[in-house]
Formats: sequence, C-alpha cells, structure tokens
Amino acid sequence: MHDSHKFKIPIGPQHPALKEPESFSVALKGEKILGVDIRLGYNHRGIEKACEERTFLQDVYLVERVCGICSHSHSTCFVQAVEEIAGLEIPSRAKYLRTLIAELERVHSHLLWLGVAGHEIGFDTLLMYTWRDREIVMDILAQFTGNRVNYGMNTIGGVRRDIDVSQVKDALKAVDTLQERTKYYIEIATSEVTIIKRLSGVGVLSYEDALRLDAVGPTARASGVKRDVRKDDPYAAYADVSFDVITDNHSDVYGRTVVRLKELLESFKIIRQVLENLPAGPIAIKAPRKIPAGEAISRYEAPRGEDVHFVKSNGGEKPERVKIRAPTLANVQAVKHMLKDRFLADMPIVIAAIDPCFSCTDRSIEISYLDDARKKEVLTWPELHAYSIDWHRKRGIDFSSLNKKLKEGFKTS
Amino acid sequence: MKPGRMIIEVMRSFFKKPVTIKYPAVAFEMPDKFRGKLKFYPEKCIGCKMCMRDCPTGAITINKIGDKQFEAEIDLGKCIYCAQCVDSCLKKALEATKDVELAQLDSRKLKVVFNASPKNTP
Repeated sequence: MHDSHKFKIPIGPQHPALKEPESFSVALKGEKILGVDIRLGYNHRGIEKACEERTFLQDVYLVERVCGICSHSHSTCFVQAVEEIAGLEIPSRAKYLRTLIAELERVHSHLLWLGVAGHEIGFDTLLMYTWRDREIVMDILAQFTGNRVNYGMNTIGGVRRDIDVSQVKDALKAVDTLQERTKYYIEIATSEVTIIKRLSGVGVLSYEDALRLDAVGPTARASGVKRDVRKDDPYAAYADVSFDVITDNHSDVYGRTVVRLKELLESFKIIRQVLENLPAGPIAIKAPRKIPAGEAISRYEAPRGEDVHFVKSNGGEKPERVKIRAPTLANVQAVKHMLKDRFLADMPIVIAAIDPCFSCTDRSIEISYLDDARKKEVLTWPELHAYSIDWHRKRGIDFSSLNKKLKEGFKTS
Repeated sequence: MKPGRMIIEVMRSFFKKPVTIKYPAVAFEMPDKFRGKLKFYPEKCIGCKMCMRDCPTGAITINKIGDKQFEAEIDLGKCIYCAQCVDSCLKKALEATKDVELAQLDSRKLKVVFNASPKNTP
C-alpha cells in the first residue's frame, strides 16, 4: 500500500464494533483518518408522529421507549413539559421519587458505559466486573418500580409507585456497596497503566471545540465545560440536594472516563440525601385528560447529556406536536471532529466514549445536496410514501403484486 | 503499578457462588411491584371502558356479553405491560400478576379472553 493512496472504508450500518446500525464512511490514508462522514437515520421509528396520534397519557409510555437505558429521562422530560402547560404543581414526594429513580438510572447507565468502554479497549475483565455490580442497582430499580428497564414510574401529575421504609434500608445498604466498588474502579482507572496509556490523547475535544460543537453531558464536562442542567436549571428535587458538577481538563476519552466515574460518587451522594429527606405526602395529583392550549420546552440532564422535549397542545386530548432532541444528536458532530487525523483503531472507543444511543437520535430526514449546501429538501408524508414506492419499483419490487401474492399464500396454506 | 493487582479479586471469585441463576431449572421470584400478565375480575367490571381508552397499544378490549356481564380480551402480543389499565380502572377489576412465562409458538394463543362468552369459549 502506498502512502499517497487514499481509501474509503464503510463502517456500519452493520458492523461488529457498533451496537446499533449507523453508517460511518471513513476516508483513510494509511492508518490515519482524513475525514468521517456520519449518516444517521437507519433507526427512524416515527415516534414523534406516533405521539401526535395518541393521548398525553399514552404518550408517556411511548416516549419512555425512545431509549432503553435512559427511559426515565425521556418520560420525565415529557411529563415535565406537559405539567408546565397544564400548570400542575406536583407534590414534593413525587419530585423526590423522580430524582431518586433518575439518579439510580444514571448509576446503571454509567456502570454500563464503563463496561462497554472496557470491552472496546479489550479490557473485558472490567466489563465483567462493572456489569456484575450493575446488577445491584438494577435490583434496587426493580424493587422500587417493578421493572429493570422501562420503569413506568412517571405519570402526568406525579409518580405511580410509592416506596416504603424497608426498601429505603435495602437501597442505602446497596448504595454503600456500590460506592465501595466505584472507589475501586476509580483507583483502577487512575493507576492502571493499560487504561491510562490506551485512553490518554485519544478523541481529543478542546474546550473551544466543545463549546463550538455544542457538546453536552459528560463529553462536554470532560473538556472543562461546566454545564449541567441539574445545576443550571434545577428540575424535580435537584434544587434541594447538594452535589458538585464534575469537570475534567483531560479533554480526551480518559477524561470522559474520570468524569463518569466521579459522577457516580455524586449520584450516590444525591441518592442518600433523597432517601434520608424523603418528604411525606401524596405521590400524585389528578391530571386533567384535556391539556389546555400552550407549548413548553423541558430540559433534563440524562446520563448522556441534556435531553430536550418540546410539547405543543391545542387544548385537546392529544398533543399537536412533540419534538425530542436526544443527547447523542448534540454529541455526534463532536465525534467527527474527534476522529480527524487520528488512527482507525481508535474509532470504536472514540464513538463509544460519547455513550451513543443512535436509536434515540434518529428523528426525521432533511436532504441537503452536496453540490449546493444551501439547497435543502424536506419531504412531506405523501411525498415520502410516493418516493418509497418509486424507489422499490425502480429496483423491480412492486408491492401491489407482492401484497396480492402474500394474501394468496396465506389462503393456500 | 504492581502486576496482577486484580489477583485478589480473582482469587476471591473462586470461592463465591455464581451470580447467574440457572433459570428454567431454578425458579425465581419477580419483585413485588412487577407488572406481568393481567388478570380480570368480571364481577367488578362495570363496562366503562376506561382501560381501553388509556391503553397505549390497544391491547385490551372489553365486550358486553350479557346484562351487566363483560368479557375482557387481552392481546398479550400487543401488551407492553405498563399496567396503566390497572391504574385507570375505577373499580379495580384489573390486576397485574407476576406471571412472566408467556411465550407461545402460536400467536393465536397470545389472545387471552377472561370470562368468555359462549362463542369465544374454545
């Protein structure tokens, strides 16, 4: 292979290093990455449109399924927006319980990330350790809410399940164990030579670039940007608890590891405060079925960064518009920057370091032409339908005959 | 950094019992608040159909089969086990059980009818 040769390698949509279908087209010169083209949209599920077809209460369960890992984040964010439109003041116990589940979710998400990061750098022992300890927090979540994922905790006007004293005792004991474990992981991450050498200087994102590319969450905080919705714009019970926003100046994957690990300790701090100061009282108030006309934007610090929901109501039972901005969409531009002039072998860990959740990110498609950047095209629903029929017909697939064949096939069998 | 720092943890793990549950052979209990297969109490149902209205997936159908008698048809394939119907029910005629072993080879068996009318009885 000559040095002057340039190669273009497609990574994804189906690739063993990526857990979700997303396409990266990498231009290479030798081992060096010259540029990356990221193409989103393989997992578009039409969730926003589906939200408009259902009532506000049904939407809570739908947006909960935007993401499997941060399901509580999306449902809380949506519910907060709806409550703001309806002018509902939820009881303080409900606020505390929402905070509790949110922090437990952050613990489980960060432990999951640490395991995945360990796996991507070939440190599978770390994966086994962290995922074993993640079971502890998954068990508490199951005790509190009933399920390990998709907790179904939120409803418009409060939460659906209360916790009792014996569960609080169990949870405090489990948090102690987890804290001990996390301290061990911090010790490993800060002293284990293989981790430090593998992660330092990989996927560098400077402070200025983090601001310019609008990075959010641990990705931004690892570049020294002190930005956390829990502190900047407190929701739920975050105004009542004391915790620090963790930042780091390494600006690389190692920094992101340290930020996530130290954030775990802050989460334990919040969980303890919430469990000890849990106010008595009702857990929910009755919400109206019809939400008055209005619109609201809700922000929420999900484990991966800032999650934004926009909800617009026209006074009916169903929302007129729901817009979801998952944190990965804000961070994915930074990945493109992080990979430039780096080695191909660093790609899996750099992508994994933003803790991507591509299924949550995929929303809608806006076509922009490469030859003319200003020319853009947005397809309406009937146009998209006609386009898809035409696309398949050009390739010799005619659905009208296919449908007929399928029906006949069912009849004969 | 000394080599083999994790060796203590490795040695300790030799004597621990496995974390994995040998599932089909060893049964395990679901947590108390678990939301599993639904149960329907026909004597409590008043046929207000609030559960049908609030179900996110349209998995539950209440049919009138006689005077003040109702049957509930639940499509376990559609159900997402959120138990919103249990919360919506004014008369507590629905209950979420801890039953999770619902897999079927035949999709028709996923439709469960409680208090079936004679025509729905297999």
